[in-house]
Amino acid sequence: MSAGRSPILELQGITKSFGGVEALRGVDFALLPGEIHGLVGENGAGKSTLMKIIAGVHTEFSGRFLIDGKETHFRSARDAHAAGIAMVHQELSVAPDLTVAENVFLGNQPTNALGLVQWRRMAREAGEQLARFGIDVDPMSRLGDLPIGLQQLIEIARVLFSGARIVILDEPTSALSPPEVERLFTTLRRLREDGTAIVFISHFIEDILLVSDTVTVFRNGRKVAETASAATSKGALIEAMIGRGGEALEHSYTDDLMLPQPSDSTVVLKADQLSLARSLKDVSFEARAGEVLGIYGFMGCGQQELSRILFGKLKPDGGTLVVDGTPKTFASTAAARRAGVALVPESRRDMLFHQEPVYKNISISILDRISSLLLKPTQERDIARRQVEQLQIRPPVVGLDLGMLSGGNQQKVALAKWLTYPPRLLVLCEPTRGMDVGAKNDVINIVRDLRARGLAIIVLSTEPETVLSLADRILVLKRGALVREFKNEPVSKDRLLEAA
Amino acid sequence: MASSETAFAEAHRARGLAPFLRSQMRNIAPFLTLIFLSAFFAFASPSFATLDNLGNILTQVSVTGIIAVGLTFVILCAEIDLSIASIANVTGIAVAYFTLQESYVNIANIPLPGAVAIILSILLCALLGLVNALGLTVIGIPSFIMTLAMMQIAAGISALLVRGQIAYKVPSLITTLGSGSIGGIPWIVIVAAIMLLGGHLVLTYTRFGRYVYMVGGNREAAEYSGLNVKLILGAVMVISAVCSGIGGMLGVAHFGSAQQNEFDTYLLDSIAAVVVGGTSLFGGRGGIGNTIVGLFVLGVLNNGLDHVNIDSFLKILIRGLILLAALIINVYAQRLREKAAE
Ligand SMILES: Nc1ncnc2c1ncn2[C@@H]1O[C@H](COP(=O)(O)OP(=O)(O)OP(=O)(O)O)[C@@H](O)[C@H]1O
Ligand SMILES: [Mg+2]
Repeated sequence: MSAGRSPILELQGITKSFGGVEALRGVDFALLPGEIHGLVGENGAGKSTLMKIIAGVHTEFSGRFLIDGKETHFRSARDAHAAGIAMVHQELSVAPDLTVAENVFLGNQPTNALGLVQWRRMAREAGEQLARFGIDVDPMSRLGDLPIGLQQLIEIARVLFSGARIVILDEPTSALSPPEVERLFTTLRRLREDGTAIVFISHFIEDILLVSDTVTVFRNGRKVAETASAATSKGALIEAMIGRGGEALEHSYTDDLMLPQPSDSTVVLKADQLSLARSLKDVSFEARAGEVLGIYGFMGCGQQELSRILFGKLKPDGGTLVVDGTPKTFASTAAARRAGVALVPESRRDMLFHQEPVYKNISISILDRISSLLLKPTQERDIARRQVEQLQIRPPVVGLDLGMLSGGNQQKVALAKWLTYPPRLLVLCEPTRGMDVGAKNDVINIVRDLRARGLAIIVLSTEPETVLSLADRILVLKRGALVREFKNEPVSKDRLLEAA
Repeated sequence: MASSETAFAEAHRARGLAPFLRSQMRNIAPFLTLIFLSAFFAFASPSFATLDNLGNILTQVSVTGIIAVGLTFVILCAEIDLSIASIANVTGIAVAYFTLQESYVNIANIPLPGAVAIILSILLCALLGLVNALGLTVIGIPSFIMTLAMMQIAAGISALLVRGQIAYKVPSLITTLGSGSIGGIPWIVIVAAIMLLGGHLVLTYTRFGRYVYMVGGNREAAEYSGLNVKLILGAVMVISAVCSGIGGMLGVAHFGSAQQNEFDTYLLDSIAAVVVGGTSLFGGRGGIGNTIVGLFVLGVLNNGLDHVNIDSFLKILIRGLILLAALIINVYAQRLREKAAE
């Protein structure tokens, strides 16, 4: 912004290839102290790759790398850390088996003279730090037991308060609901005042415009634009991202949207008085064939638990599930799948096999449909190829290990696995998380297509846009109870937020 | 489409030799160890690198090989089975218990026709495997603890059956398979080869085999894919117990006697064979091919040390050190692979 300041970090002509595929081609990037720098681009554009270079995760690349004007070469993430660079990765990198406090202090626990960890002090300080960030959890609880959004918040808090001069946030808000996002932005602005340089990656263009000073757009491994946020607009950014007029793609849902007349087709699933410990209270609803039921609520409102109950992953304490007229108690996810229920959870880590090729990830849930005893690899690959083409997964190579795909493309694979033999009821948690505008639109079209084919679909999300873009009928879940139903009436982002 | 896809795949795959080798460390390291050990012993002793001795090595690793087939399934699922040696022992004892012994053998046994004896013995080990399976999946006892208990239970049954005595006779089919040979090739080697091949085919070409790898690779994801994870885990525990049982019956025939604690060394040897071969203790990586290489590393090591002139007490320590080295490589191979994948 102000020409007087010299960049804290400067990259020149960065090129990075994974084998023959160039993920970055001659990228220049500079970061000023006390600036929030937004980064946007389609799935696979190279955003995460560039950030991983800065954070010392990828160490082999060509180009110049300067910190405070001095040429530097990190040999590991530890070097980057020592240079004051901290990053929240797109994939959560928390330690689920450690306590919240241990996660906050990961790598630098306070110790006493004997080198023993000072548990009490650690718990207290972790609690204080999290409270400053508006998070209220017991610092001694196991992190993996918390909802994924809370885990994400805790990881963000750890990085923000690590004292780093350069903070990189790779899609930090994907699991957060509006109040948390607001709190995050307040904290970011405060850090900016202190001179911290912040990189903020997101597919929510409005957020980017709201919080960042400068925006850089990536396309296909190249930097295609860099402007002051004040001097650009959503439409212009989307156009730069995808190279065509994009305004039609992204709806902002601030205006009222009319929900259709509720359908009276067959009830596929009837949930009656579901309850679960402190998470859910007497939740009852019906999901009908050919209808998309949206369930909206803030993070931690019980959505996650509800989706797990529908798929037999959690057992409710009370209440019944009726699928196609028969009462069911799912003993396992396998039983739920046999009854025709499918779930795409919000976490890719839980859903996918990172060390296995894409086609095995897609075929895993339908193996029993295409083969009895022996595998049929050719058929598996054909099916996977069709899905990859339909969902435009990039790169379109079904033999590639899943871990080599960009985050958004992994999310598409998670959806692809259920599409070959559509279930009766499809439960989608945050189906567009981490997807670029084009991909979101693809998902919307796919869901509409599945609805037209008579599936009952339940979409659970903490993003009002996701629910509004997909649902025919919307339930609002608040602290484990259904508090409002929107049907056959106007609805908007504000109305949803108000109800939640 | 197809051609651009292959080009893409090629480009992604062709990431230079070094990263490729790093990602394949898990398979390469055990193989290099094997070549190195063989070369060393061939150089150190003229009697090592002979056809006769190769036959010896094959025979020596056969029982371990049979047991290791099932254990490979278990370790691929990121579980462990510590009861393999005890189950082998009790099954070997059971088959002798159901066979008519010479009058001087002082065991109150129940003589039955050979086929019945064999079937009952296999049912016994399958049942013990099923108990492991239920403990692990239904009750939720970690396999390490559950099979530790089973190790003791099986040893207890063995003790009750033989009461400190030694039995010698087993059904003639078992005698043939355990100690006979055909065309100069011992039957036990053939059985081991067939079982290893069978295990490999199941793991590579069947749906069940794929499930084993997927459950081992990411159990949570397997569950979210609607796989019956408990069923798969239960099945591998039963497979492991049955393989151990077969190994135990043939082993008894091979050694010529059935007695308490006869198989104790096979626990460590089988685990070592699987892990030294490069199958990941964290699950999802490796396979029967790795186990075969591991078996040979162990076989060459055990056999070769007998051919060179060193203190026999030192040999035990040397074995331990070499196993430690292999374990370190196993863990590092995992990290290198993760590194190469980035
Ligand atoms: N470890 C890897 N091995 C091989 N290719 C990789 C690897 N990591 C990333 N790529 C490839 O590099 C390209 C850029 O990926 P990157 O993760 O930087 O995208 P991104 O802009 O962060 O996308 P998203 O919005 O989906 O997260 C993609 O084509 C991806 O498949
Ligand atoms: Mg990314």
